[in-house]
Amino acid sequence: MKQMPVSGGLLTKTIWNQLMRKRSTLSVIAPSEITPYEHYVSRRSLLAAGAGLALAPGLGGFARHAFAQAPGALKYVRNAAFSVAEAPNSYTDITTYNNYYEFGTDKSDPAENSQKFRTQPWNVTVGGEAEVTGSFTLEDILKPHALEERVYRLRCVEAWSMVVPWVGFPLGDLLKRFKPTSKAKFVEFKTLYDPKQMPGQRTGVLEWPYVEGLRMDEAMHPLTLVVVGLYGKVLPNQNGAPLRLVIPWKYGFKGIKAIVSIKFMERAPRTTWAGAATNEYGFFANVNPQVDHPRWSQATERRIGASLFGPRRPTLPFNGYADQVASLYSGMDLRKYF
Amino acid sequence: MRWIRWVLKPLVFAACLIPAVRLGLGVLNATGVAHIGDISLGADPVKVMLHTCGRWTLNFLMITLCMTPLKDLTHSIVWLRFRRMFGLFAFFYVLLHFSVYLLLDQDGKLGALWQDIVKRPYITIGVLGLLLLIPLAATSTAKAQRRLGRRWTRLHRLIYLVAILGVWHFWWQVKKDIREPLWYACGLTVLLGYRLWKRRRSFARVSAAPLARTDGA
Repeated sequence: MKQMPVSGGLLTKTIWNQLMRKRSTLSVIAPSEITPYEHYVSRRSLLAAGAGLALAPGLGGFARHAFAQAPGALKYVRNAAFSVAEAPNSYTDITTYNNYYEFGTDKSDPAENSQKFRTQPWNVTVGGEAEVTGSFTLEDILKPHALEERVYRLRCVEAWSMVVPWVGFPLGDLLKRFKPTSKAKFVEFKTLYDPKQMPGQRTGVLEWPYVEGLRMDEAMHPLTLVVVGLYGKVLPNQNGAPLRLVIPWKYGFKGIKAIVSIKFMERAPRTTWAGAATNEYGFFANVNPQVDHPRWSQATERRIGASLFGPRRPTLPFNGYADQVASLYSGMDLRKYF
Repeated sequence: MRWIRWVLKPLVFAACLIPAVRLGLGVLNATGVAHIGDISLGADPVKVMLHTCGRWTLNFLMITLCMTPLKDLTHSIVWLRFRRMFGLFAFFYVLLHFSVYLLLDQDGKLGALWQDIVKRPYITIGVLGLLLLIPLAATSTAKAQRRLGRRWTRLHRLIYLVAILGVWHFWWQVKKDIREPLWYACGLTVLLGYRLWKRRRSFARVSAAPLARTDGA
Protein backbone atom coordinates (compact mmCIF):
# COMPACT_ATOMS: atom_id res chain seq x y z
CA MET A 1 0.00 0.00 0.00
CA LYS A 2 2.53 2.57 1.13
CA GLN A 3 4.45 3.70 -1.90
CA MET A 4 7.92 5.03 -1.75
CA PRO A 5 8.20 7.87 -4.19
CA VAL A 6 10.64 6.73 -6.84
CA SER A 7 10.17 8.77 -9.98
CA GLY A 8 9.43 12.44 -10.21
CA GLY A 9 6.05 11.85 -11.76
CA LEU A 10 5.00 9.43 -9.11
CA LEU A 11 6.29 11.72 -6.42
CA THR A 12 4.43 14.76 -7.67
CA LYS A 13 1.33 12.67 -7.95
CA THR A 14 1.77 11.37 -4.44
CA ILE A 15 2.32 14.85 -3.04
CA TRP A 16 -0.54 16.12 -5.08
CA ASN A 17 -2.87 13.46 -3.83
CA GLN A 18 -1.82 14.27 -0.34
CA LEU A 19 -2.15 18.01 -0.66
CA MET A 20 -5.59 17.72 -2.09
CA ARG A 21 -6.93 14.89 -0.01
CA LYS A 22 -9.21 15.67 2.87
CA ARG A 23 -7.31 14.05 5.62
CA SER A 24 -9.92 13.41 8.21
CA THR A 25 -9.81 9.69 8.56
CA LEU A 26 -12.49 7.71 6.84
CA SER A 27 -13.47 10.67 4.72
CA VAL A 28 -14.47 10.69 1.13
CA ILE A 29 -13.25 13.38 -1.30
CA ALA A 30 -15.85 15.32 -3.16
CA PRO A 31 -14.87 15.69 -6.82
CA SER A 32 -15.49 19.45 -6.55
CA GLU A 33 -12.59 19.74 -4.10
CA ILE A 34 -10.03 18.57 -6.60
CA THR A 35 -8.14 21.00 -8.82
CA PRO A 36 -7.15 19.36 -12.09
CA TYR A 37 -3.79 17.64 -11.73
CA GLU A 38 -2.41 19.15 -14.95
CA HIS A 39 -2.87 22.70 -13.63
CA TYR A 40 -0.95 21.82 -10.54
CA VAL A 41 1.88 20.15 -12.41
CA SER A 42 2.44 23.08 -14.72
CA ARG A 43 2.50 25.47 -11.78
CA ARG A 44 4.88 23.21 -9.92
CA SER A 45 7.43 22.80 -12.70
CA LEU A 46 7.64 26.60 -12.94
CA LEU A 47 8.26 26.80 -9.25
CA ALA A 48 10.79 24.00 -9.29
CA ALA A 49 12.84 25.94 -11.84
CA GLY A 50 13.25 28.71 -9.29
CA ALA A 51 13.83 26.47 -6.35
CA GLY A 52 17.54 26.02 -6.94
CA LEU A 53 17.98 29.67 -6.09
CA ALA A 54 16.06 29.32 -2.91
CA LEU A 55 19.06 29.11 -0.65
CA ALA A 56 21.24 31.55 -2.53
CA PRO A 57 21.61 35.07 -1.17
CA GLY A 58 19.60 37.89 -2.66
CA LEU A 59 16.43 35.99 -3.28
CA GLY A 60 14.03 37.34 -5.83
CA GLY A 61 10.32 37.37 -5.05
CA PHE A 62 9.78 34.40 -7.27
CA ALA A 63 12.34 32.22 -5.57
CA ARG A 64 11.07 33.32 -2.20
CA HIS A 65 7.70 32.10 -3.23
CA ALA A 66 9.23 28.83 -4.35
CA PHE A 67 10.96 28.39 -1.06
CA ALA A 68 7.85 29.20 0.89
CA GLN A 69 5.26 27.28 -1.04
CA ALA A 70 6.53 24.64 -3.40
CA PRO A 71 8.07 21.37 -2.37
CA GLY A 72 11.17 22.56 -4.23
CA ALA A 73 14.28 20.46 -4.58
CA LEU A 74 17.27 21.21 -2.35
CA LYS A 75 20.98 20.77 -2.93
CA TYR A 76 22.41 18.38 -0.40
CA VAL A 77 24.75 15.48 0.10
CA ARG A 78 23.70 12.28 1.75
CA ASN A 79 25.39 11.60 5.05
CA ALA A 80 25.40 7.81 5.19
CA ALA A 81 27.48 7.67 8.37
CA PHE A 82 24.71 9.46 10.26
CA SER A 83 21.86 7.55 8.64
CA VAL A 84 20.11 4.41 9.81
CA ALA A 85 19.71 1.49 7.45
CA GLU A 86 15.98 1.12 8.05
CA ALA A 87 13.53 1.94 5.28
CA PRO A 88 12.16 5.47 5.61
CA ASN A 89 8.45 6.09 5.95
CA SER A 90 6.61 7.36 2.90
CA TYR A 91 6.45 11.07 2.20
CA THR A 92 2.70 10.73 2.65
CA ASP A 93 2.96 9.27 6.15
CA ILE A 94 5.52 11.81 7.27
CA THR A 95 3.59 14.80 5.96
CA THR A 96 0.10 13.80 7.03
CA TYR A 97 0.63 12.22 10.42
CA ASN A 98 2.34 14.32 13.05
CA ASN A 99 1.87 16.49 16.08
CA TYR A 100 2.02 20.24 15.66
CA TYR A 101 -0.47 21.65 18.13
CA GLU A 102 -0.16 25.14 16.65
CA PHE A 103 -2.28 23.81 13.81
CA GLY A 104 -4.57 21.51 15.82
CA THR A 105 -4.34 18.48 18.06
CA ASP A 106 -5.29 15.78 15.54
CA LYS A 107 -2.47 14.11 13.65
CA SER A 108 -4.05 15.20 10.38
CA ASP A 109 -4.60 18.83 11.46
CA PRO A 110 -1.10 20.16 10.66
CA ALA A 111 -1.32 19.08 7.02
CA GLU A 112 -4.84 20.45 6.73
CA ASN A 113 -4.37 23.78 8.47
CA SER A 114 -0.82 24.82 7.58
CA GLN A 115 -1.02 25.10 3.80
CA LYS A 116 -1.36 28.88 3.81
CA PHE A 117 1.28 29.41 6.49
CA ARG A 118 3.78 32.07 5.37
CA THR A 119 7.45 31.21 5.86
CA GLN A 120 8.73 34.29 4.01
CA PRO A 121 9.84 36.73 5.23
CA TRP A 122 11.26 34.93 8.24
CA ASN A 123 13.45 36.28 11.01
CA VAL A 124 15.21 34.61 13.89
CA THR A 125 16.14 36.56 17.00
CA VAL A 126 19.34 35.50 18.74
CA GLY A 127 19.93 36.68 22.28
CA GLY A 128 21.24 35.90 25.74
CA GLU A 129 24.73 34.80 26.69
CA ALA A 130 26.49 35.23 23.34
CA GLU A 131 28.72 37.75 21.62
CA VAL A 132 26.79 37.86 18.39
CA THR A 133 23.12 38.66 18.96
CA GLY A 134 20.34 40.38 17.07
CA SER A 135 17.78 39.64 14.43
CA PHE A 136 18.74 37.53 11.43
CA THR A 137 16.87 36.74 8.26
CA LEU A 138 16.38 33.13 7.29
CA GLU A 139 18.88 33.65 4.47
CA ASP A 140 21.48 34.93 6.99
CA ILE A 141 20.91 31.84 9.09
CA LEU A 142 21.18 29.35 6.23
CA LYS A 143 23.81 30.94 3.98
CA PRO A 144 27.10 29.39 5.18
CA HIS A 145 25.77 25.89 5.80
CA ALA A 146 26.04 22.98 3.41
CA LEU A 147 22.97 20.78 3.58
CA GLU A 148 23.11 17.07 4.17
CA GLU A 149 20.53 14.32 4.24
CA ARG A 150 20.31 12.12 7.31
CA VAL A 151 17.89 9.28 7.79
CA TYR A 152 16.94 9.33 11.46
CA ARG A 153 14.59 7.33 13.61
CA LEU A 154 11.85 9.43 15.16
CA ARG A 155 10.22 8.24 18.37
CA CYS A 156 7.12 10.06 19.60
CA VAL A 157 6.37 10.17 23.32
CA GLU A 158 3.02 8.63 22.35
CA ALA A 159 4.79 5.34 21.57
CA TRP A 160 4.76 5.44 17.77
CA SER A 161 7.78 5.82 15.54
CA MET A 162 8.89 6.62 12.02
CA VAL A 163 12.08 6.75 9.98
CA VAL A 164 12.58 10.11 8.28
CA PRO A 165 15.08 11.37 5.68
CA TRP A 166 15.68 14.92 6.93
CA VAL A 167 17.76 17.54 5.14
CA GLY A 168 19.62 20.02 7.30
CA PHE A 169 22.88 20.84 9.04
CA PRO A 170 24.29 20.42 12.54
CA LEU A 171 22.87 22.87 15.08
CA GLY A 172 26.33 23.20 16.61
CA ASP A 173 27.68 24.80 13.41
CA LEU A 174 24.97 27.44 13.62
CA LEU A 175 25.33 28.12 17.34
CA LYS A 176 29.12 28.57 17.07
CA ARG A 177 28.56 31.54 14.77
CA PHE A 178 26.95 33.44 17.64
CA LYS A 179 29.97 32.88 19.90
CA PRO A 180 28.18 31.78 23.08
CA THR A 181 29.96 32.95 26.24
CA SER A 182 31.13 30.72 29.08
CA LYS A 183 27.88 31.55 30.88
CA ALA A 184 25.84 29.84 28.19
CA LYS A 185 24.87 26.49 29.72
CA PHE A 186 21.56 26.04 27.96
CA VAL A 187 19.92 27.18 24.77
CA GLU A 188 16.24 27.99 24.45
CA PHE A 189 14.15 27.97 21.26
CA LYS A 190 10.75 29.48 20.59
CA THR A 191 8.19 28.85 17.89
CA LEU A 192 6.47 31.70 16.07
CA TYR A 193 3.46 33.08 17.93
CA ASP A 194 0.87 34.10 15.36
CA PRO A 195 -2.67 33.02 16.27
CA LYS A 196 -3.98 34.44 13.01
CA GLN A 197 -1.98 31.90 11.06
CA MET A 198 -1.84 29.18 13.68
CA PRO A 199 -5.38 28.29 14.72
CA GLY A 200 -4.23 26.03 17.54
CA GLN A 201 -2.77 29.06 19.28
CA ARG A 202 -6.28 30.44 19.63
CA THR A 203 -7.00 27.59 22.05
CA GLY A 204 -5.58 27.08 25.50
CA VAL A 205 -4.38 23.56 24.84
CA LEU A 206 -0.78 24.56 25.54
CA GLU A 207 0.99 27.72 26.66
CA TRP A 208 2.07 29.72 23.62
CA PRO A 209 4.53 30.25 22.15
CA TYR A 210 5.97 26.75 22.27
CA VAL A 211 9.33 26.71 24.06
CA GLU A 212 11.97 24.01 23.92
CA GLY A 213 15.52 23.83 25.15
CA LEU A 214 18.72 21.84 25.23
CA ARG A 215 21.75 21.70 27.42
CA MET A 216 24.71 23.21 25.56
CA ASP A 217 26.48 19.87 25.10
CA GLU A 218 23.30 18.35 23.68
CA ALA A 219 22.87 21.31 21.34
CA MET A 220 26.47 21.04 20.13
CA HIS A 221 26.28 17.26 19.61
CA PRO A 222 26.85 16.37 15.96
CA LEU A 223 23.59 14.39 15.81
CA THR A 224 21.49 17.46 16.66
CA LEU A 225 20.15 18.81 13.42
CA VAL A 226 18.62 22.04 12.15
CA VAL A 227 16.19 20.79 9.53
CA VAL A 228 15.05 22.69 6.44
CA GLY A 229 14.07 19.82 4.18
CA LEU A 230 12.46 16.43 3.87
CA TYR A 231 12.96 13.83 1.15
CA GLY A 232 15.33 16.20 -0.64
CA LYS A 233 12.76 18.98 -0.83
CA VAL A 234 11.95 22.09 1.12
CA LEU A 235 10.38 21.17 4.43
CA PRO A 236 6.56 21.27 4.18
CA ASN A 237 4.78 23.70 6.49
CA GLN A 238 3.16 20.93 8.49
CA ASN A 239 6.55 19.50 9.42
CA GLY A 240 7.87 22.75 10.86
CA ALA A 241 8.98 24.96 7.97
CA PRO A 242 11.07 26.90 7.50
CA LEU A 243 13.34 25.85 10.35
CA ARG A 244 13.05 23.15 12.97
CA LEU A 245 15.16 21.00 15.24
CA VAL A 246 15.54 17.24 15.17
CA ILE A 247 17.21 15.54 18.12
CA PRO A 248 16.93 11.87 17.24
CA TRP A 249 17.64 10.38 20.67
CA LYS A 250 14.88 12.42 22.32
CA TYR A 251 11.11 12.20 22.10
CA GLY A 252 9.69 14.03 19.12
CA PHE A 253 8.26 16.97 21.05
CA LYS A 254 11.81 18.24 21.70
CA GLY A 255 12.10 18.91 17.96
CA ILE A 256 10.68 22.43 18.02
CA LYS A 257 9.20 23.74 14.75
CA ALA A 258 9.03 27.12 12.99
CA ILE A 259 11.79 28.59 15.15
CA VAL A 260 11.91 32.39 15.56
CA SER A 261 14.04 32.74 18.67
CA ILE A 262 17.31 31.30 19.96
CA LYS A 263 18.50 32.35 23.39
CA PHE A 264 21.62 31.27 25.29
CA MET A 265 20.96 30.90 29.00
CA GLU A 266 22.70 30.16 32.23
CA ARG A 267 19.78 28.15 33.62
CA ALA A 268 17.49 25.61 32.03
CA PRO A 269 14.55 27.24 30.29
CA ARG A 270 11.00 26.31 31.24
CA THR A 271 9.92 24.19 28.31
CA THR A 272 6.31 23.84 27.17
CA TRP A 273 5.50 20.18 27.74
CA ALA A 274 7.56 19.91 30.91
CA GLY A 275 5.66 22.94 32.19
CA ALA A 276 2.27 21.61 31.09
CA ALA A 277 2.60 18.29 32.92
CA THR A 278 5.74 18.14 35.04
CA ASN A 279 5.19 14.56 36.15
CA GLU A 280 4.67 13.32 32.58
CA TYR A 281 7.25 15.17 30.47
CA GLY A 282 10.77 16.05 31.51
CA PHE A 283 13.26 18.62 30.26
CA PHE A 284 15.58 15.94 28.90
CA ALA A 285 12.93 13.66 27.36
CA ASN A 286 15.51 11.13 26.24
CA VAL A 287 13.93 8.06 24.70
CA ASN A 288 14.05 5.47 27.46
CA PRO A 289 12.20 2.13 27.43
CA GLN A 290 12.89 1.75 31.17
CA VAL A 291 11.01 4.87 32.22
CA ASP A 292 7.32 4.70 31.42
CA HIS A 293 5.07 7.64 30.85
CA PRO A 294 2.82 7.67 33.94
CA ARG A 295 -0.15 6.67 31.80
CA TRP A 296 1.40 4.36 29.23
CA SER A 297 4.38 2.11 28.64
CA GLN A 298 7.45 3.31 26.73
CA ALA A 299 8.92 -0.19 26.42
CA THR A 300 7.64 -0.75 22.89
CA GLU A 301 6.51 1.30 19.93
CA ARG A 302 4.36 0.93 16.85
CA ARG A 303 6.11 1.75 13.59
CA ILE A 304 3.89 3.88 11.40
CA GLY A 305 3.42 2.37 7.95
CA ALA A 306 4.19 -1.16 9.08
CA SER A 307 1.76 -3.98 8.45
CA LEU A 308 -1.52 -3.76 10.32
CA PHE A 309 -0.79 -7.08 11.97
CA GLY A 310 2.90 -6.43 12.45
CA PRO A 311 4.21 -6.70 15.99
CA ARG A 312 5.24 -3.73 18.10
CA ARG A 313 8.97 -3.10 18.20
CA PRO A 314 11.02 -2.83 21.32
CA THR A 315 12.03 0.76 22.01
CA LEU A 316 15.80 1.21 22.21
CA PRO A 317 17.60 3.26 24.85
CA PHE A 318 18.24 6.74 23.44
CA ASN A 319 16.22 5.58 20.44
CA GLY A 320 19.13 3.46 19.25
CA TYR A 321 21.68 6.30 19.49
CA ALA A 322 23.09 5.24 22.87
CA ASP A 323 26.63 4.69 21.51
CA GLN A 324 26.82 8.31 20.41
CA VAL A 325 25.00 10.09 23.23
CA ALA A 326 24.83 7.98 26.40
CA SER A 327 28.09 9.53 27.63
CA LEU A 328 26.40 12.94 27.81
CA TYR A 329 24.38 11.63 30.72
CA SER A 330 26.90 9.49 32.56
CA GLY A 331 26.39 9.64 36.29
CA MET A 332 22.88 11.06 35.95
CA ASP A 333 19.85 9.28 37.39
CA LEU A 334 17.76 8.92 34.24
CA ARG A 335 14.67 8.07 36.27
CA LYS A 336 14.90 11.40 37.99
CA TYR A 337 15.98 13.38 34.94
CA PHE A 338 13.57 11.79 32.50
CA MET B 1 -46.99 -0.42 14.82
CA ARG B 2 -45.85 -3.30 12.69
CA TRP B 3 -43.75 -1.01 10.52
CA ILE B 4 -41.59 -0.20 13.52
CA ARG B 5 -40.67 -3.83 13.89
CA TRP B 6 -40.24 -4.67 10.24
CA VAL B 7 -39.03 -1.43 8.71
CA LEU B 8 -37.75 1.08 11.23
CA LYS B 9 -35.85 -1.32 13.46
CA PRO B 10 -33.95 -3.00 10.63
CA LEU B 11 -33.07 0.43 9.23
CA VAL B 12 -31.78 1.66 12.57
CA PHE B 13 -29.88 -1.61 13.02
CA ALA B 14 -28.18 -1.16 9.66
CA ALA B 15 -27.32 2.45 10.47
CA CYS B 16 -25.70 1.37 13.74
CA LEU B 17 -23.46 -0.98 11.80
CA ILE B 18 -22.13 1.73 9.47
CA PRO B 19 -19.07 2.66 11.59
CA ALA B 20 -18.06 -0.99 11.86
CA VAL B 21 -18.56 -1.61 8.15
CA ARG B 22 -16.47 1.46 7.28
CA LEU B 23 -13.70 0.22 9.56
CA GLY B 24 -13.92 -3.20 7.95
CA LEU B 25 -13.54 -1.65 4.49
CA GLY B 26 -10.68 0.47 5.80
CA VAL B 27 -8.92 -2.68 7.01
CA LEU B 28 -9.37 -4.34 3.61
CA ASN B 29 -7.90 -1.24 1.95
CA ALA B 30 -5.07 -0.94 4.46
CA THR B 31 -4.03 -4.57 4.09
CA GLY B 32 -4.35 -4.44 0.32
CA VAL B 33 -6.87 -7.29 0.27
CA ALA B 34 -9.35 -5.18 -1.66
CA HIS B 35 -9.92 -1.59 -2.65
CA ILE B 36 -13.42 -0.51 -1.97
CA GLY B 37 -14.39 3.12 -1.89
CA ASP B 38 -12.14 5.88 -0.68
CA ILE B 39 -11.98 4.79 2.92
CA SER B 40 -8.53 5.08 4.40
CA LEU B 41 -7.45 4.43 7.94
CA GLY B 42 -4.51 6.79 7.56
CA ALA B 43 -0.93 6.33 8.70
CA ASP B 44 -1.79 4.68 12.01
CA PRO B 45 -4.70 2.32 11.29
CA VAL B 46 -4.61 0.60 14.68
CA LYS B 47 -5.11 3.89 16.49
CA VAL B 48 -7.96 4.89 14.21
CA MET B 49 -9.67 1.53 14.80
CA LEU B 50 -9.19 1.82 18.55
CA HIS B 51 -10.49 5.35 18.76
CA THR B 52 -13.40 4.84 16.38
CA CYS B 53 -14.68 1.81 18.30
CA GLY B 54 -14.11 3.57 21.62
CA ARG B 55 -16.01 6.65 20.51
CA TRP B 56 -18.92 4.61 19.20
CA THR B 57 -19.10 2.70 22.45
CA LEU B 58 -19.54 6.02 24.27
CA ASN B 59 -21.96 7.28 21.62
CA PHE B 60 -24.17 4.23 22.01
CA LEU B 61 -24.06 4.43 25.80
CA MET B 62 -25.20 8.05 25.52
CA ILE B 63 -27.90 7.21 22.97
CA THR B 64 -29.16 4.40 25.21
CA LEU B 65 -29.35 6.80 28.13
CA CYS B 66 -31.30 9.28 25.98
CA MET B 67 -34.23 6.91 25.48
CA THR B 68 -35.92 7.43 28.85
CA PRO B 69 -35.70 11.25 28.78
CA LEU B 70 -37.04 11.17 25.22
CA LYS B 71 -39.91 8.99 26.36
CA ASP B 72 -40.77 11.50 29.07
CA LEU B 73 -40.41 14.50 26.79
CA THR B 74 -42.46 13.13 23.92
CA HIS B 75 -44.91 11.08 26.02
CA SER B 76 -44.26 8.17 23.70
CA ILE B 77 -42.90 4.79 24.66
CA VAL B 78 -41.68 4.06 21.13
CA TRP B 79 -38.16 5.02 22.22
CA LEU B 80 -38.00 2.15 24.67
CA ARG B 81 -38.34 -0.30 21.82
CA PHE B 82 -34.90 0.75 20.62
CA ARG B 83 -33.17 0.90 23.96
CA ARG B 84 -31.97 -2.69 24.03
CA MET B 85 -30.63 -2.49 20.50
CA PHE B 86 -28.58 0.60 21.31
CA GLY B 87 -27.32 -0.92 24.54
CA LEU B 88 -26.24 -4.04 22.71
CA PHE B 89 -24.47 -1.95 20.09
CA ALA B 90 -22.52 -0.25 22.87
CA PHE B 91 -21.49 -3.74 23.96
CA PHE B 92 -20.65 -4.72 20.38
CA TYR B 93 -18.40 -1.70 19.88
CA VAL B 94 -16.67 -2.10 23.23
CA LEU B 95 -15.89 -5.72 22.33
CA LEU B 96 -14.41 -4.54 19.02
CA HIS B 97 -12.48 -1.82 20.87
CA PHE B 98 -11.07 -4.36 23.31
CA SER B 99 -10.24 -6.87 20.56
CA VAL B 100 -8.34 -4.28 18.54
CA TYR B 101 -6.47 -3.24 21.66
CA LEU B 102 -5.57 -6.78 22.65
CA LEU B 103 -4.96 -8.36 19.25
CA LEU B 104 -3.58 -5.51 17.12
CA ASP B 105 -2.18 -2.98 19.57
CA GLN B 106 -0.73 -5.43 22.11
CA ASP B 107 -0.12 -8.28 19.61
CA GLY B 108 -2.44 -10.57 21.58
CA LYS B 109 -0.06 -10.74 24.50
CA LEU B 110 -2.10 -11.48 27.60
CA GLY B 111 0.88 -10.68 29.79
CA ALA B 112 1.04 -7.17 28.35
CA LEU B 113 -2.71 -6.81 28.88
CA TRP B 114 -2.42 -7.83 32.52
CA GLN B 115 0.50 -5.44 33.04
CA ASP B 116 -1.62 -2.63 31.61
CA ILE B 117 -4.63 -3.50 33.75
CA VAL B 118 -2.55 -3.48 36.90
CA LYS B 119 -0.29 -0.52 36.09
CA ARG B 120 -2.42 1.90 34.10
CA PRO B 121 -5.48 3.27 35.84
CA TYR B 122 -7.22 4.27 32.62
CA ILE B 123 -6.98 0.70 31.35
CA THR B 124 -8.18 -0.62 34.71
CA ILE B 125 -11.36 1.41 34.64
CA GLY B 126 -11.88 0.71 30.95
CA VAL B 127 -11.72 -3.03 31.51
CA LEU B 128 -13.97 -2.69 34.57
CA GLY B 129 -16.55 -0.91 32.42
CA LEU B 130 -16.38 -3.69 29.85
CA LEU B 131 -16.81 -6.39 32.51
CA LEU B 132 -19.81 -4.60 33.99
CA LEU B 133 -21.50 -4.51 30.60
CA ILE B 134 -21.35 -8.30 30.29
CA PRO B 135 -24.17 -9.09 32.77
CA LEU B 136 -26.31 -6.40 31.16
CA ALA B 137 -25.85 -7.86 27.70
CA ALA B 138 -26.44 -11.36 29.06
CA THR B 139 -29.76 -10.37 30.65
CA SER B 140 -31.00 -8.28 27.76
CA THR B 141 -33.59 -10.81 26.56
CA ALA B 142 -37.29 -10.41 27.30
CA LYS B 143 -37.16 -13.77 29.06
CA ALA B 144 -34.41 -12.65 31.43
CA GLN B 145 -36.29 -9.45 32.05
CA ARG B 146 -39.41 -11.38 33.07
CA ARG B 147 -37.49 -13.84 35.18
CA LEU B 148 -35.55 -11.19 37.09
CA GLY B 149 -38.50 -8.86 37.56
CA ARG B 150 -37.68 -5.89 39.73
CA ARG B 151 -34.10 -7.08 40.14
CA TRP B 152 -33.62 -6.62 36.37
CA THR B 153 -34.29 -2.88 36.69
CA ARG B 154 -31.87 -2.61 39.55
CA LEU B 155 -29.19 -4.61 37.73
CA HIS B 156 -29.50 -2.53 34.60
CA ARG B 157 -28.90 0.68 36.52
CA LEU B 158 -25.27 -0.46 36.22
CA ILE B 159 -25.25 1.32 32.88
CA TYR B 160 -24.92 4.61 34.76
CA LEU B 161 -21.69 3.39 36.31
CA VAL B 162 -20.49 1.94 33.00
CA ALA B 163 -21.03 5.27 31.24
CA ILE B 164 -19.15 7.14 33.95
CA LEU B 165 -16.25 4.66 33.71
CA GLY B 166 -16.26 4.96 29.93
CA VAL B 167 -16.00 8.75 29.89
CA TRP B 168 -13.41 8.65 32.65
CA HIS B 169 -11.36 6.12 30.67
CA PHE B 170 -11.45 8.44 27.64
CA TRP B 171 -10.50 11.47 29.73
CA TRP B 172 -7.50 9.78 31.28
CA GLN B 173 -5.93 8.55 28.07
CA VAL B 174 -6.01 11.94 26.34
CA LYS B 175 -2.60 13.59 26.22
CA LYS B 176 -3.61 17.22 26.68
CA ASP B 177 -6.59 18.26 24.61
CA ILE B 178 -9.50 17.27 26.86
CA ARG B 179 -12.18 19.07 24.87
CA GLU B 180 -13.73 15.93 23.43
CA PRO B 181 -13.98 13.92 26.66
CA LEU B 182 -15.29 17.11 28.25
CA TRP B 183 -18.22 17.08 25.82
CA TYR B 184 -19.01 13.51 26.73
CA ALA B 185 -18.77 14.38 30.41
CA CYS B 186 -21.18 17.29 29.96
CA GLY B 187 -23.64 15.11 28.05
CA LEU B 188 -23.46 12.42 30.68
CA THR B 189 -23.95 14.95 33.47
CA VAL B 190 -27.16 16.14 31.83
CA LEU B 191 -28.43 12.59 31.28
CA LEU B 192 -27.67 11.41 34.81
CA GLY B 193 -28.70 14.74 36.31
CA TYR B 194 -32.09 14.38 34.67
CA ARG B 195 -32.58 11.05 36.42
CA LEU B 196 -31.63 12.47 39.81
CA TRP B 197 -33.98 15.38 39.30
CA LYS B 198 -36.82 13.03 38.30
CA ARG B 199 -36.21 10.85 41.32
CA ARG B 200 -36.27 13.75 43.73
CA ARG B 201 -39.45 15.04 42.18
CA SER B 202 -41.23 11.71 42.47
CA PHE B 203 -40.03 11.36 46.07
CA ALA B 204 -41.45 14.77 46.80
CA ARG B 205 -44.77 13.74 45.28
CA VAL B 206 -44.91 10.50 47.23
CA SER B 207 -44.17 12.20 50.53
CA ALA B 208 -46.57 15.04 49.77
CA ALA B 209 -49.46 12.69 48.96
CA PRO B 210 -50.33 11.40 52.47
CA LEU B 211 -50.14 14.94 53.82
CA ALA B 212 -52.63 16.05 51.25
CA ARG B 213 -54.96 13.31 52.36
CA THR B 214 -54.69 14.29 56.01
CA ASP B 215 -55.35 17.86 55.10
CA GLY B 216 -58.39 16.82 53.14
CA ALA B 217 -59.74 14.67 55.93
